[in-house]
Order: sequence, then C-alpha cells, then structure tokens
Amino acid sequence: MSKRKIQEAHLPIGECITQVQEILRERLCHQQLPDKPEGLEAQHKHLLELLKRTAVHGESNSVLIVGPRGAGKTMLLKCVLRDLLEEKEAQKNLLQVHLNGLLQTDDRIALKEITRQLHLENVVGDKVFGSFAENLAFLLEALKKGDRSSSRPVLLVLDEFDLFAHHKNQTLLYNLLDVSQSAQAPIAVVGITCRLDVLELLEKRVKSRFSHRQIHLLSNPTFPQYLAQVRTQLSLPADFPDAQFAEDWNASVKTLVEDRSAVDVLQRHFNSSKDFRSMHVLLMLCLSRVSVAKPAVKPADLLEASRLCFSDAKANILHGLSVLELCLIIAMKHLNDVYEGEPFNLQMVHNEFKKFLQRKSNSMYNFEQPVIMKAFEHLQQLELIWLLDSSAARIQREYQLMRLMLDHSQIMEALQKYPQCPTDIKQWAMSVFS
Amino acid sequence: MKYFTRLRVRRVYKWRGEPVSFNRKLKTYEYGSLAISVEGLPKTTVINTGQHILIEGEDEDNPYVAKVIRLYGDESGRQKKAVVQWFARVSEVPVSKLKLLGREPHPQEIFYYQGRSCDDEVDAESILRPVQVKQLDGAAPFPDGDRDVLYVKLSWDSKTFKVLDSELAPESPPPPPPPSCPKPSLPPPCSPPAAAPASRGPARRALPTPDFAIMRRAAAGEVKVSRATMSARKASAAEAESLHSATKQSASKCLSSKRRTASARTPGVRKKLELSSPEKKSMIREDVLSRLLDEDLESEVMLAQRLSASPPQALPLNHSLGPARTAHHAAARGPFPLKPAAVVLAKLPEEDSPPPSAGRDSTRATTPSRRKEPKTQKEPAMGVLAEEDSENCPMLPVAATPRSSKRKSAQLVSSRIRRQLNLLDNRLDRDSDSDGEDEFVPSRKELQSSSDEDDDDDDGEEEDSDEDAVFFKKSRRASTATPRSKQRTRSSARTPRKTPNKKVTPGTPRTPHGATPSIPSRSLPARQPANVLEEARTRLHVSSVPESLPCREQEFQDIYSFVESKIVDGTGGCMYISGVPGTGKTATVHEVMRCLQHAADVDEIPPFLFVEINGMKMTDPHQAYVQILQKLTGQKATADHAAALLEKRFSNAAPRKETTVLLVDELDLLWTRKQNVMYNLFDWPTRRHARLVVLTIANTMDLPERIMINRVASRLGLTRMSFQPYSFKQLQQIIMSRLNKVKAFEQDALQLVSRKVAALSGDARRCLDICRRATEICEHSAANPSGSGLVGMSHVMEALDEMFSSAYITAIKCASLQEQLFLRAVIAEFRRLGLEEATFQQVFVQHQALCRVEGLQPVSVSEGLAVCQRLGACRLLLLEPSRLGVLQRVRLNVSQDDVLFALKAD
Repeated sequence: MSKRKIQEAHLPIGECITQVQEILRERLCHQQLPDKPEGLEAQHKHLLELLKRTAVHGESNSVLIVGPRGAGKTMLLKCVLRDLLEEKEAQKNLLQVHLNGLLQTDDRIALKEITRQLHLENVVGDKVFGSFAENLAFLLEALKKGDRSSSRPVLLVLDEFDLFAHHKNQTLLYNLLDVSQSAQAPIAVVGITCRLDVLELLEKRVKSRFSHRQIHLLSNPTFPQYLAQVRTQLSLPADFPDAQFAEDWNASVKTLVEDRSAVDVLQRHFNSSKDFRSMHVLLMLCLSRVSVAKPAVKPADLLEASRLCFSDAKANILHGLSVLELCLIIAMKHLNDVYEGEPFNLQMVHNEFKKFLQRKSNSMYNFEQPVIMKAFEHLQQLELIWLLDSSAARIQREYQLMRLMLDHSQIMEALQKYPQCPTDIKQWAMSVFS
Repeated sequence: MKYFTRLRVRRVYKWRGEPVSFNRKLKTYEYGSLAISVEGLPKTTVINTGQHILIEGEDEDNPYVAKVIRLYGDESGRQKKAVVQWFARVSEVPVSKLKLLGREPHPQEIFYYQGRSCDDEVDAESILRPVQVKQLDGAAPFPDGDRDVLYVKLSWDSKTFKVLDSELAPESPPPPPPPSCPKPSLPPPCSPPAAAPASRGPARRALPTPDFAIMRRAAAGEVKVSRATMSARKASAAEAESLHSATKQSASKCLSSKRRTASARTPGVRKKLELSSPEKKSMIREDVLSRLLDEDLESEVMLAQRLSASPPQALPLNHSLGPARTAHHAAARGPFPLKPAAVVLAKLPEEDSPPPSAGRDSTRATTPSRRKEPKTQKEPAMGVLAEEDSENCPMLPVAATPRSSKRKSAQLVSSRIRRQLNLLDNRLDRDSDSDGEDEFVPSRKELQSSSDEDDDDDDGEEEDSDEDAVFFKKSRRASTATPRSKQRTRSSARTPRKTPNKKVTPGTPRTPHGATPSIPSRSLPARQPANVLEEARTRLHVSSVPESLPCREQEFQDIYSFVESKIVDGTGGCMYISGVPGTGKTATVHEVMRCLQHAADVDEIPPFLFVEINGMKMTDPHQAYVQILQKLTGQKATADHAAALLEKRFSNAAPRKETTVLLVDELDLLWTRKQNVMYNLFDWPTRRHARLVVLTIANTMDLPERIMINRVASRLGLTRMSFQPYSFKQLQQIIMSRLNKVKAFEQDALQLVSRKVAALSGDARRCLDICRRATEICEHSAANPSGSGLVGMSHVMEALDEMFSSAYITAIKCASLQEQLFLRAVIAEFRRLGLEEATFQQVFVQHQALCRVEGLQPVSVSEGLAVCQRLGACRLLLLEPSRLGVLQRVRLNVSQDDVLFALKAD
C-alpha cells in the first residue's frame, strides 16, 4: 500500500531523467535566458536605461559592448531587450535590426538586410533594388525623413562589430553613427565585439561620431563563486514535478562540488578559462553520461569529461597513422633537433629514415620511394606538416621545403599510447642521437 | 551672334515704322513694333509692345515665355533690345516647389514671374514668335484643345505661388517714360530694384559688344534713386555720368565728385562737357581735389546749421551716406588704393559728426518714401559694382567682398551671440528665447545697441576707422528697416523658421512610383524630458541644433561673406575648409546656409540653390554627379549621363539662372585615380555662366597638396580655411551655450571636461558625449542624499574614466590563471630572444616551465593554443592565422610594462 502511495508522488525514474536532461540541456545550450545576468547588474542597468531612452524619449545613442568570448555579451543584450519589451511603451515603438559581421560581410548585403528587417521594401512595391548606391540613398533618406519625436526608434544590433569596421570606407558605420548624432530618426546602435582595441579600428571621422560609450564585461569571479555557479547550473528548479527526485539530484550535486577530485578538475578548468561557455561544455559532457542506471553526476564523470575536454587534438590524429607515417614523423623530429627547426624536404626525411633502417631496425624494412611519397602526402593532407612557401608549388615534390607542425611532447604522448608500437621505433624516437 | 549659330533658319529683325520716341541721354530710339521675317519666306511676323512672345532659351522645345513691355534700339540700328515681363513655365519651377501648387500643373500652364533674379532685358534677336496667352480665373478649369495657347493663373516669385489679383495684373508694366526722362530703363516695379542690376552684370557679358548705353543708364538710375530728392534731373544725370566714370579712375575722385554734386551745384555746362568727352575726365582731377577741401569747410558749416535748427534731414543724410558707400566701392575694388578713401573718411566725421542718436532719429523720423530710399540706395550700388567688376576683372578676387555685406553679417552674428550671452547672464525667461529664434533679423533697437558695442570692441579685422563703421551702421540701419517690415508681413503667411530647412534640400530625392520611404511613425508619442538632468541631456545631444554656434564667429563670417559675395555678384568660386573631426565645419557651413537662405527669403540677396553631398554617403565617387543632379533637378540618371547633364547646365548661359551653392563634405573620398570627379567639381565654378560656389570640407589641411594632381589643386584655388581644434575655454562656452540656463553642472565639473577634451582632441562631440554620460551617472547616484543634484566632479571623473581609460589592464587582471601565465611566458621568451616576436612553440616551452614552477599540471598543446587564441581574440596578443598552429608567431599588443603591472597588482 505504502509503496503505491510513494509511486503516485513519484514519476518513473526514466521520466525524471528525461526531464532533467531537457531542463539542463536547455540551460547549458543557452536557449534559456537567466532571470538575471549574474555579476553584470551594473552593465545591465546602464544598457537598459540607454535603450529605454531611445525607445521612450527618442534619443539617439550608440554603445559598444566589449568583453572576451563567452563573457555573456549577447546574453546581456538579450536580457535587456527582454526587460525592455516588457514595457508597453517600448514594445509598441521599437523596431529591431540585427546584423552580424560574419553574415553581412559587406555594406551592400548589410543594407539589404536592414531594409528587409525594417520592412521598407514594401514601400516601393516589389521593386528589386538595382544598385548599391540606390540602396544606400534610399535607406539614408528613409532615416532622414524621421525626426526625434514622431518616428519609431530603431535599434540596430551589430554583432561582431569589428568586422563591420573592415568594410570599404566604413560607409555603413559612418552613416549609422552620423544618423545617431544628428536630428534624424532616432536610432540606437549597439555594437558587440570581443576586441578591446575596437575603437582603434574606426576611421577618425567615424570615431568622432561614435559616442565612446563602452560597456566592458570583464568579470573576475573567484573559485568559490565558480563552484557555486557550477552548482546552480546543475541544480534542478524547485518546480520540478518530482520533488523527491529533485531533492536527491540536488543533494548529489552538492556532494559533487564538495568532492575532492571533482574540485581539482574544476580548479583546472577554472585556471584555464573562467568563462561560462567552457564550463557549460564540461557540464554538458557530464550530463550526457547521466542515465536511468546512473541517475546522478559522479566525480568520475567529471574526470572523464575533463579528459575529453583537454585531450590534445593533434596527438589524437597521430594515433590513427600507419607505422611508416609515424616513422617519417620521428625522422622529421630528429631533423628538427639537428637543424634547429630549419625546414626539410622529403629527400632529407627519407635519408634519415634509411639511416635508421640500416642501423637498428628489425621490425621495419625499406619502402619504395612512391610509397614514402604517398605517406608524406598523407601527412601533408592532415596538416601535420606544412608547406613552407606556397609559391614553391612548382618545385618537384621531393624537394619542397616543409615544416613539422607538432611539438615534441605531442609526438612522445602519441607514441606512448600508440597501439602495438614496435619497441625499436619507440627507442629511436627517444634516443637523443638519430 | 550666339543664337544664329544654333538656328537652322535665319531670321531678319527689322523695326517697323518710325521711332516712337528718342532718349537723348541714352541715345536710344523707342519703337512700337518689330517685324521678324524668315529669310526666303515672304511672311513677316510683327511683334508689338504688350504682346506675348516666345524667347529662345536652353530648351528648344520649351522656349521662354514673356511679354513685351518696350522695344528700343540704339542709334546705329544694330542693337535691338526688348524689355520684357517674364513668365515661368512649369518646367522652370523647381520640382520641390511644385508641391506648393497643391495640384498637378497643367502642361500649358505658365506663371507670371515675379522673381528678381533675372534680367528683364533681352536681345530682340532672341525673340522667336508671338504666342497666345490667356489669363484664367483661379478656380476655372483649363480649357482643352488648342495646344498653342498658354494659360496664366498664378504668379510665381521663386518662393511661392500667388493668385494674380486682377485681369490687369500682368498688364501693368510702367508706361513708357517720356523721352526726356533720365530713367528709361528702371526695372518694372514688380521686380525690386535690389537684385536686378546684380544679375544684369553677368548676363550682359554674353553680349557681343559692350553696351555703353546700358551701363550709363544703370549708373544714372542708381544715382537717381540715391538722390531722389534732387529736383534738377538733368543735373543728376550728368552728375551720375561723372560719378560713374570717376569710380573707374580712383576712389578718392569718385568721393569728391559725389560730394561736390551733393553739396554744391556745379554749372551744368561743365557736366555736359564731361558727358560728351569722358576720356578727358582725368584732367579735372586737381580741380576736384581742391574743391573737396573747400567743401569740407563748407559742409561743416552746413552741419552746424542742421544741428541747430532741425532742417529737412534728407539732404545732409544722403550726403553722408554717399561717400561711405563709395568707400565701400573702393574697398571692394582691390586694385585701387585704399588710402585716399580712408583719408577722406577720416575727415567725414568732422563735417558730419552726428552724435549717433541724432542720425538715428533722423532716419526714424522719415516718411515712408524716405524709408524706402536708403535701401534702394545701397543695393543698386552693389549691383553696379558687380557689373563693373565683371567687366573690368571678371575673376573677382576673394578678398574683394563688399564691405557692407561683411558688416551686415558681422552684425547679425554678433548681435545674436550677444543676445544669447545676455540671456545666459540675465537669466531671462524662456519665452524670450524662443522669440529670439523666430526673429532672425535682430530688431532695430538691438541692432543699434549691438552695433554701438561693436565700436567699443573693435574686432581687429576692421581695417577702417571706427568712424567709418558709424557710417555703415547708419546705412545698414536704414536698409535693414525695410526688409524687416516686409518680413513681418510675410511671417503671417508662414513661419520664417521653417523656410530655410525646406530650401536646404531643394529637390528632395524621390523614389520611383512616387513612394517615399520612411521609418513608420510612433504609435505612442515620445516622452518629454521630465527633470533638469534629462533636459540637460537633451540639450547636450549633438543632434540638438543650437541657435548659434559659439566660438566659430570668425569662420562663420568668412564663409558667409565669401558665399554672399559670390551670390550677389553672380560669380562662382571654390573654398576648401579643413579641420579635425568635431570642430564644427559642417555645422558652421549649414548655419551660414541657413542665414543666407533667410537673407534670400527677406530679399536681401538673390535667391540661390543649396545642394549638399557627402563623400561618405555615396558608394562610389562618381555617384556625386548623380546626387548633385538629383538634388538640383530631381531627375535620375546614370553617373556618366548625370556628368554630361551637369556639364551642360554649368556651361550654358541662361538668363534666369540662380546661383548654386554646392557643399562637398568629406572631399577626400571623392578621390579617384584620374581625379576627374574633383576636377569637374572645381572646374565648373570657373566657367563663365556657371554661377556655382563650391565649398569643400575635409579633415587634413594639406589634402590639396597631398592627393590632388596639379590641375585639380590649381582649380581649387587658395581660398582655404582651417578650423582649429577647440580650446578648453571654447568647449566650456559651447557647453554653456547649449545648456543655456539649465543649471545641471557644477562649474568645476564643466571645466574639467573641457580641459580634458581640449588636451586630447578638441572634439566638441566628445565633450558633449562625456557631459551626457556624466548626467546619467549623476542620475544613478542621485539616490544618496549627499549629492547636490548637480553633476559634480566625481561624476565627470567617472565618465572620463569610462570613456578614456584603456581596458587592457583590467582585462589582464580578469584573465584566467593560464592566460596570465601565457602572457608571462611571452614576455619571458621575448626577453630571451631579445625580439618582440616569437612563435607559439617557443612561448609554449616557457609556458610549460612556468606551469611547473607554479605547481600546476602542464597543459597540452591544444589547451595552450586555446589560451593563446582567447588572448588573441581580445587583442591582448597579435597572432597569425590560427591554422598555422604551433608555428604561428605571437606578438604583444600591450606594452610589457603594462602586462607586468597588471600581473603584479594582484
């Protein structure tokens, strides 16, 4: 009887796990905005006030949000916009245009996109804009027509702002910032960038028109704060359907962040990077190991996830090479040692390899030149070796100068883990003298 | 003859019948009708006075329409002239103005032209044929059918359409004057005399032979009005003759002759002599000079009489005005020595020395007819001057600005600034402020007071004595009076404040299909500023247009007088304005244009077109042609076609052409390899008929030398002006004037901002932005009660920090441990290598070593690369493309000291 009662209050365990995955994945993949941007209250207030003035008072503004990658620039802006649109006055008036420097790679595309997002193309019917010049004149005139009190304010968000500064003459930036400094339609230009020197990219006229308002997102959390953040990120909300499960889950998370090995792993991550995005990647890897059989995040999961995160990509590639290719790499390493990083060519590598074969090889035998060449080309395709000068492509393959793109430590690490690596090759690699 | 080359048929023009009258002075015969016959055809067309005719113009399909008022020719019968009343076709009205019509114009509709900028005298040989013109009632529909009939409903004065009041309106030209009358070609009353002569000058130049009769007439007319009180007409005409020729010889002579005729009447015999043999006049110089000295004594006596017994003021006042004006001739005519004029002027106050109030009273007490007089006195003088100048030296030197105009602008500006400062000091209520905005021309009282103060603070650039200024002021005071009254009547119809804006963008560019793009309008109204800080913030926004630009008075004046002189003279020219960003270049030019537009609206100067292009607002230098053409005429064309059309427009003569003022902002972006865009822009003003004034703006002072090839730089000329960065006092004044009387800042705070900005860039935009940010900070911190509610030092400091401090050090402090270690490794490697560059591989070795020292787990290469990339993304490091992997080279973007400082601090 009592068992059944408990069953009623509880969801089946599978159901719970699905719920947990859903909630936490949404959180970790940035699909859900936090209620309040952590540690960015002042910046949030500043930006909100600024955009509110544009939306409500019709005041033109320009601002840059600057911060390292993963610092929460876009999150901040989204939070501000969400809060701003809660106000009826702003919601009814504000027009938004979102541009990204990676998408709008030149001014022509950017102008078309602005026109489209402002729904201005309907004004002239289905007429497809002929030239770039017409397009620019059209948009400028549209903005000029408006004035402070009567037209709807336009919010222009320029993501990857620094890329817009590389457009020809910075025409778009000049015009947008000029509008924001003159009595035309009220616009707020919000630039998002991770470059600290972004102002130096602007041409002096453009720079003068920019208001020099910069919101820096440079937070400096301490490790305890980081741990607390990890905990909140993994914790289940109070309105989780199965209260009992949520309690258990939260307790397990609490023990996790107090676990010695887990803390070490997190400390290492914290030392490497403080931004939330890398933490989210780590937690995501842990989360994906949660299953019905193992309904909690264990320190071992964290360790494994960390190992995945920190594993060396190049060393991993070396695991998949043939023994011959590995031998060539080792030969190159020795050449590098001998010639102190000078470039080499296929012939030199082949000679080095042949010397090894003559001296102490018992597991390897010589290969034909074409086979060596093929292996060499494969290494080049994997970009483990790098053609020194692309203009030398006309030189015969054997004599093209190359450089090795691997560090010694990577080669040694790969050799340690290489399955069934012949001992003599290992010894050759470790020997100081070739 | 110009027109003959174009015609396919050769027309023969003959007078019909005997001359109706003969003007002895001008040696012109007046005729009643003209016969035109086409060679080879028996038919002749007869043109009578009062008939409507077509006159050949730029457009062969739409010749100009006019009505003949008088026909006359010279003695030899070669010169055939017609005085006409113009009508404007629909196509001649600027596109932007057609909107004022409020309806679609009828293709055959014409407008009775009341503008002043065109010559009402045409060569009779440009007459094509008579045409039928019907006047319609305002509400009547246009009749269909006859394609040759033209219809008049409205009049057009280049600004507004007016209903023609009566059937007679167009038929009321002045009756042909009697033959003995010395004012045969006074322009019809509908065109104010102010501007007509000014435009006459260039138009005359198109004629093949110089027309002495007209020159003489112009001079006669001018003097006649200037001395309207004189009864002896003959004497006046003769005297005019002498004056006219005298101005050609020397300013002092001109003065003396004028004075002579004004005070003491010399026998008519002598003048007749002068009239018949003008080349002998130089011989009488000594006479004149000696007489001048005598007269000084004489007039002193006269003055004494006048002061004692309030005599009819007209004569002495005229007398005093005359010389002053001629002095201005002298000043304007560069090549002539200034000295004599100055000497005479220095004497003048003795003979005339009216206490300023006395002179003013006399002016005020005048009858309406008197009041009108001074205006006509001044303006035609300038017109004549222009005419002479254009004949003597067609390229007017830049320095040769009419003195009075300079004076006028100076007064306008200084009075406005003074008023503003007064406002600041006296803390008058806000109403008077807005009042001042509407009233553009300062009221007479203000002007007087300001001009009096002007004497006290001599602005240094006045090369004349203060006494000279007194005279000018008197003439100015009198002349501004008339436009003032005129303006007042007009202001009832529309607010003068708005008109300049409307004119600034003449042909508003249109998109096809008549659609006008615009940002949709707000559904909820914008909130108004609620408290003092918000109010201050609104006022400090760069976009809020100040009513005057403080600290740029000198530049304003120079540009104003340059453009004004070109407009008045109907010539062209270029000016190059340079200065670092944010020093008010564009704003000053716009302000000048606003003032000039206003002056044109109140008929002080001829109307003009203003076109503005910006090198940054076009995608390609050649788009400049397209934009200019579109703003001038409203038509769309490709760049090549537009260039051709503009070329045609600026090289052809047209009797009805207005001066075009072209502002080219961000000139350096119009650079092309062949520089043909810049070449054309600077070449057009040098054309004879272009009437184009080009103002160019760019940032660097040496742009012409740096990027222009010789022929372009040469055409740009040497009229340069450079805007210096603002000093801290100027910046402070700018903020003060913007804030007006809103008390939101502590004095120290303002000074800090302006000093800081002046030291960094002198950019006014920066200054305003900082102040705005400071008000925000103040608002946020207003919660704590310690603040006074004003923006104080601490707020400004915070704003300055936010805007000027570099974030690098903070960024390094906030970086993760590995990132900091990597930076340290970079520096260690640099020190080892002795270079400022290393490969990632080299740095990584150092990094590993540092990790071991710090007791951390060594990082893998991938992790190290990720750290390096993160630092590169912030631009703390400069990196090569990341695909180079461990081979990419690393450089620091911050100084090593900064890095070490930041790392040590924590």
